[in-house]
Amino acid sequence: MELNELYREVILDHNRHPRNFGRLDPADALANGHNPLCGDKLTVTLSLQGDVISDLKFDGNGCAISVASASLMTEAVKGRDRGSVSAMFDKVHALLTQADAPSADLGKLAALSGVREFPARVKCASLCWHTLNAALANADAAGTAAVSTE
Amino acid sequence: MSTPYDVQRIRADFPILQQQINGRPLAYLDNGASMQRPQAVLDAVNYYETHLHSNVHRGVHTLSQLATDAFEAARERVRRYLNAASTREIVFVRGTTEAINLVAQSWGRSTLEAGDEIVISALEHHANIVPWQMACASTGAQLRVAPIEADGSLNFEQYLALLGPRTKLVAMTHISNVMGTVLPVQQIVAAARERGITTLLDGAQAVAHEPVDVRAIDCDFYAFSSHKLYGPTGIGVLYGREALLQAMPPWQGGGDMIRTVSYQSSTWNDLPYKFEAGTPHISGAVGLAAAMDYLEALGLPQVAAHEAALLAQATAALTDIDGVQIQGRAAHKGGIVSFTLAGVHPHDLGTILDHEGVAIRAGHHCAMPLMDLLGLPATARASFGCYNTPEEVDQLVRAVVRAREVFC
Repeated sequence: MELNELYREVILDHNRHPRNFGRLDPADALANGHNPLCGDKLTVTLSLQGDVISDLKFDGNGCAISVASASLMTEAVKGRDRGSVSAMFDKVHALLTQADAPSADLGKLAALSGVREFPARVKCASLCWHTLNAALANADAAGTAAVSTE
Repeated sequence: MSTPYDVQRIRADFPILQQQINGRPLAYLDNGASMQRPQAVLDAVNYYETHLHSNVHRGVHTLSQLATDAFEAARERVRRYLNAASTREIVFVRGTTEAINLVAQSWGRSTLEAGDEIVISALEHHANIVPWQMACASTGAQLRVAPIEADGSLNFEQYLALLGPRTKLVAMTHISNVMGTVLPVQQIVAAARERGITTLLDGAQAVAHEPVDVRAIDCDFYAFSSHKLYGPTGIGVLYGREALLQAMPPWQGGGDMIRTVSYQSSTWNDLPYKFEAGTPHISGAVGLAAAMDYLEALGLPQVAAHEAALLAQATAALTDIDGVQIQGRAAHKGGIVSFTLAGVHPHDLGTILDHEGVAIRAGHHCAMPLMDLLGLPATARASFGCYNTPEEVDQLVRAVVRAREVFC
């Protein structure tokens, strides 16, 4: 395994300059994510237009993998409907955990493929997606929820 | 001690250190989490398993007697290591965590009343916080936290100010697993005992790094884990003053801890067996005894001096790196250096260091309240043992510089 497979330039860039960083206020839904193992914490806020995520932001603190993954996620899912977000999460999850997982239509998210060589870090990369799912699950009730990757 | 400290000879005793990680020589600097075992410990465990094993305190057959002898010899070894008055004061448990839980459940629940107070320090590991919170929840007692100074030392005056008529227990770490602070345990205990307050020390980070004499410290309870003393996992020790242990109720029921059992009721075995329900980790105790033999043959003062030199080297070199902030600058520290690197999360640091063959701990170190106090989500921590070398400290420092290059 090579370090530059994990810390690709895209990941370093999104860690240094996270996109869509902050909170929407008001938001249609909010969820907090926490990885108790490493203390990574992040919050996802989003706005919905019908079934489409019209806007979303994240904030919190965590390692480069967790921050970059969240930043890349916000870029990737903005403007998508729930169905396609869910399909994308499945693909990202496969990318993070399975060798030879296809990454053709994942765009910049494909930069996360190096994470699978570092099993201890998979949770860092998936925390934002679990948190997004929790936010979507809360959207109808406009509630809040906390998820944990432990 | 006339022979100089020969770290290369010591390293040769530890087979696990003779390997490469990610193509680099392993620099094992995660001794605060768990230490490696010398061949003497591996051999002692293997000999026990190969020749001596049966259950203890039960059979009349030869192996049962041999196993019992080995187990009780280990208890005597621990007694000598701690300079306890009697083997009745040496209770084998799974580790520090179980030792503290034993005291919290048995002593705590039978002694504490609503409004009583337990004083801990701000430095504590979760293992010396959560059991007391559980005891407080069931008794109505309250937890009080003695604050620390910015350098990680205990604010002794505020500690004294917390000791009041309702204080029933002082439970503190001997050496902080995060900041490395060596607490003035003798003074802490003396102040408590003057006021009739029971004392417990979490010795997990201390017991392999400086001589521990429970009678000189004069504490009521002392807890530690074997695997932080070059011994096997799954075994540890609770030292308890005999009079206190005698008065405490058992906390787990079962075999070995009873004298008589009927369907209506039971009576308890003598100390320390009253607190050792079920078949113990016999080979673990044997391994721990071998580890104590090994460490005392090296000489604890010599090991402590060696680790102090590594700490001084690491502290100076890390301080020189732009962006490095060391957490814990107390005057009296054990071989632990926690630090952060600006712009690099400790987990990324840990991964990059691992790539360079350097094993450290990155995280909250099971001390989340202390991390909150420091305003940090995590730190990187290098911790030293008898087998670490100045070259390994150099390797650590080079890897931290490399991490800076990758991220900054």
